[in-house]
Amino acid sequence: MKDTATTAPVIEAKGLGLTFQTSDGPVHALKDVSLAIGKGEFVSFIGPSGCGKTTFLRCIAALERPTEGVLTVNGMSADAARQARAYGYVFQAAGLYPWRTIAGNVKLPLEIMGFSREEQEERVRKVLSLVDLEGFGKKFPWQLSGGMQQRASIARALAFDADILLMDEPFGALDEIVRDRLNEELLKLWARTQKTIGFVTHSIPEAVYLSTKIVVMSPRPGRITDVIESTLPKERPLDIRDSREFIEIAHRVREGLRAGHGDEV
Amino acid sequence: MRSVLPILAVLLAIVVLWYGAAIWLNSQWTYDQAGRAGVEVSFGEVVADTMVQERPVLPAPHQVAAGLWEGVAGQKVTSKRSLVYHGWMTLSATLVGFAIGTGLGVLLAVGIVHNRAMDMSVMPWAIASQTIPILAIAPMVIVVLASVGITGLLPKAVISAYLSFFPVVVGMVKGLRSPDGMQLDLLRTYNASPMATLWKLRLPASMPYLFASLKVSMAASLVGAIVGELPAGATSGLGARLLSGSYYGQTIQIWAALFAAAILAAGLVIIIGGIERATLRRMGMGQ
Repeated sequence: MKDTATTAPVIEAKGLGLTFQTSDGPVHALKDVSLAIGKGEFVSFIGPSGCGKTTFLRCIAALERPTEGVLTVNGMSADAARQARAYGYVFQAAGLYPWRTIAGNVKLPLEIMGFSREEQEERVRKVLSLVDLEGFGKKFPWQLSGGMQQRASIARALAFDADILLMDEPFGALDEIVRDRLNEELLKLWARTQKTIGFVTHSIPEAVYLSTKIVVMSPRPGRITDVIESTLPKERPLDIRDSREFIEIAHRVREGLRAGHGDEV
Repeated sequence: MRSVLPILAVLLAIVVLWYGAAIWLNSQWTYDQAGRAGVEVSFGEVVADTMVQERPVLPAPHQVAAGLWEGVAGQKVTSKRSLVYHGWMTLSATLVGFAIGTGLGVLLAVGIVHNRAMDMSVMPWAIASQTIPILAIAPMVIVVLASVGITGLLPKAVISAYLSFFPVVVGMVKGLRSPDGMQLDLLRTYNASPMATLWKLRLPASMPYLFASLKVSMAASLVGAIVGELPAGATSGLGARLLSGSYYGQTIQIWAALFAAAILAAGLVIIIGGIERATLRRMGMGQ
């Protein structure tokens, strides 16, 4: 049982489609998306807005319901996985509750999931140190910078120790310098926790730097145009971005984006 | 401190206007009296007389102030002529009505937010309830409750609650719905129950809305309690003072009772404001 779990994909989509019915007629947010994500992979979804990358991530999280195809998460339906609390989700905005301290915010999922009081304290301490926010537990969100708030929201997603971490452009609103640092920290965190990560971005360097697998998507209808297995080593200092290998992968991503986009840009 | 000057200027303007209006409105009586006695009165005499009439059309500010002082400090608080006694009678009904109204309002809002049928059905009724003049409802409430043996404070509190639940419903529906899609999605990823969503997200998020509603609702409660005192020919309460004042043409008594009610309402709203600041600061949402 344990063996099959490590070899079978953690997330698997086959012929996935999602059509929104709007007053202007149907919108094909996703069409014929097939993808397998193995345990411990770091998968980035990249593409222009409207390509369905966020929609796909929300389908995995069972926040949207696909209209076609099959999607399994941890071998069960996405909704069953959600109910089993299989993943932590990080949104574009930190979305911390202003009336809770940082520790209180990280504790929120633990309270809802019914962890004991001692365990809550223990886990909060652990994940806050994991994202380098020791000593900030008693602060309120408005007392922290945007980057620190987003780190707190990552801590919140990690607190209940789900195997999957889904991140929807978590650093999109942050400046380049903070973003670089958080990317570096995220890689360290991933190496330490062995989680399977799904990461939506529209930054090519970010996708190439972070991922073991880059999924290039294109809009109208939202579909996958290329899946790139990264050849970069697991250890990635920031200056790996100047290496030949990195530039080649980035080039291939750019090609994939251009191909998917046609002549529209 | 800089705001004191404008406030004083406005206050002064009001007092000046008031004195002017008192002279203008009360002079007719002075001229009538003089005409009947067949004497000529100078303008100075008229002005002096309009300030000291026993039943002026519009009492001068100092007469109202004296009436208030007399009612508050000049009597034993247990006396039927004490404004403190009457004020307490009204205040107790106001507070009970406010508690009932707020509780009912919050419960209705929670129901409206969680139940589609309630969402569609309760709001129109709540709005309709406020379009009926309270003066028409009040006597019926008093009579119906009296027929089942309930008299005294409770009927007044019911009328007070009738007025005060509405702002709470409106404000709390808005407040409970204030969390955005992302915050609700976050709780969905935790597979949180509706109960947990209510306690952890919707209620805390609605606090600023609640306090705004409570201020309106407190003022409405006081109006409700006073109106509730009128139809039964009540013998106690600020409403009763207003009523007996108008029976006997005691305009000073009416105005003193009106000001007592206004001061009471202002005090209650200030107390809520204080609780609001303390609560929001504790929740990390104060400025």
